[in-house]
Amino acid sequence: MATTATLIQPKATSKQQVGDKVAHLITLIFAATVVLVAVILVFELWWQSAATRQKLGWGFLFSSNWNPVTGEFGALPFIYGTVVTSVLALAISVPLGVGAAIFLSELAPAGISSALTFLVELLAAIPSVIYGLLAIFTLVPLMRSYGEPFLKSTLGFLPFFQGPAYGVGFLTAGLILAVMTFPFIISVSRESLLAVPREQREAALSLGATKWESTWQVVVPYAKLGIVGSIFLALARALGETMAVTMVIGNDPSIHASLFAPGYSIAAVIANEFSEATGTLYPAALVELGLVLFCLTIVMNGLARLLIIATTRKGSKRV
Amino acid sequence: MRLLWRKAVNNIMLGLTAVCTLITISALFVILAYLVYNGGKSLDWNFFTKLPLSAGETGGGMANAIVGSIQIIGLAALIGLPIGFLAGVYLSEFEDKALAPLVRYTADLLNGVPSIIVGILAWTLVVVPMRHFSALAGSVALSIMLIPIVTRQTEQFLREVPMSLREGALALGANKWKMIATVVVPAGSKGVLTGMILGVARIAGETAPLLFTSLNNQFWGGLNQPTSTLTYMIWYRAISPYDDWHRQAWAAGLVLIALVLLANILARLVLARGISVPRT
Repeated sequence: MATTATLIQPKATSKQQVGDKVAHLITLIFAATVVLVAVILVFELWWQSAATRQKLGWGFLFSSNWNPVTGEFGALPFIYGTVVTSVLALAISVPLGVGAAIFLSELAPAGISSALTFLVELLAAIPSVIYGLLAIFTLVPLMRSYGEPFLKSTLGFLPFFQGPAYGVGFLTAGLILAVMTFPFIISVSRESLLAVPREQREAALSLGATKWESTWQVVVPYAKLGIVGSIFLALARALGETMAVTMVIGNDPSIHASLFAPGYSIAAVIANEFSEATGTLYPAALVELGLVLFCLTIVMNGLARLLIIATTRKGSKRV
Repeated sequence: MRLLWRKAVNNIMLGLTAVCTLITISALFVILAYLVYNGGKSLDWNFFTKLPLSAGETGGGMANAIVGSIQIIGLAALIGLPIGFLAGVYLSEFEDKALAPLVRYTADLLNGVPSIIVGILAWTLVVVPMRHFSALAGSVALSIMLIPIVTRQTEQFLREVPMSLREGALALGANKWKMIATVVVPAGSKGVLTGMILGVARIAGETAPLLFTSLNNQFWGGLNQPTSTLTYMIWYRAISPYDDWHRQAWAAGLVLIALVLLANILARLVLARGISVPRT
């Protein structure tokens, strides 16, 4: 864009060029600030976690003992809790979210579709501490008295649904994360479904497919990459989500197969313990947990962006 | 028979997608209804004018947290908006071959960083050298979150300004910076402003980066002192064992969500009518 403008520009006098150069330089400095912030972030995460990395090495990631008083630091319970709650959240939100995206892009009239999408966007705007507030006072008691006893009586033969129902734990955290990831899955999936060329649908319908067959066998496969991208985006959000999870996961650094049991996540332990961490190893261990979380979300976000870019390009090329 | 079966599947599956939509969107209304019901019961004039009382006492308000939130968010906007805006102008108007993709990539990367990690960064940059928690540290944390949002939104909206407008300005003899300042930015101003409002609304709801930067204060805070904020108070009150504190958490939740949703609706429906707002 900028290059075409320069080509068209007639030969400028030197005074004019000075103004342009100054403007260029000023904006460049601010743009470089963005890069600088990212560099400092990575550097600080690496530097501040040096103490535990040197003392504990890779063992930190695979140890499941967390006892700051005796100086034992292991990341495994937190990584486990983060991954279990996020995967659980996606297991709930992916079918519901993709279903809603199909409805919004294929069935609903354009006006209603955009109105409903606006409501979904509002869901994304709700602060996470509000989700936590609602979860702690409404979802937790509901899960304790109805949800978990129900699962226990119906699916109790599975190891995931055994043990006492506390209300707080992996399952409740996964549920609230599911609601929080709806907007990402719905709006990104809807966009990639809308980018599928009209001809694809018409061809399937003219061959005698029903509306659902055309949607499920033609449109959805065509938009597959974008939908998978939306799932990775939601996963990145779920992994890094702090407040809502902190308030309902139960804050117990141990590994349980049962989803009813209280657990802990990386973001939650940093939130709860960082301001009180003393000594050198304790804060360093928490920063190293932050580094682990950072790497996880970077990978998920990177994959999401690649996939989303790939589908929107494909769609626009063939339209 | 076969056709009947296919038609039945068609209707059932399409019906299911409608049910999915209903479930996901009803979540919004359930959340709002609970907040209005519980918050409305608890909200009173004292909430806005009184200082919080000690644990176990009934009454008091969150006047200090409201002022603290305004201070911290205001300062974060003062730092974050200009940096984000100018970086966005750079990406849209001056992009160099090597640096522009790097800036774009790191802005997206920062956008995806969990907010708790931004809190760690602000802690190392401000709290560690100052040796105490402060509102300034909270503002730095929030501004780090704000910069990449505003950068990418500004870039998107300025890019949507038609080429013909730029060429018109250049043809009239304007040089590049004049073209940007008098034609491109005013033409894209509605979108840019929308992006800014949405960005500020987003950081206004953040709690995690404030937990170990601005922390909390029983009294009025200050730039150089630990300062109470609405979001921190919601968390702190909600996990406490006292009923009267729970009541206040609901009240604070209602105030917060009213402000955030109002900003969102205003920006998206009034200011950005007809403009599609890119996701951050």
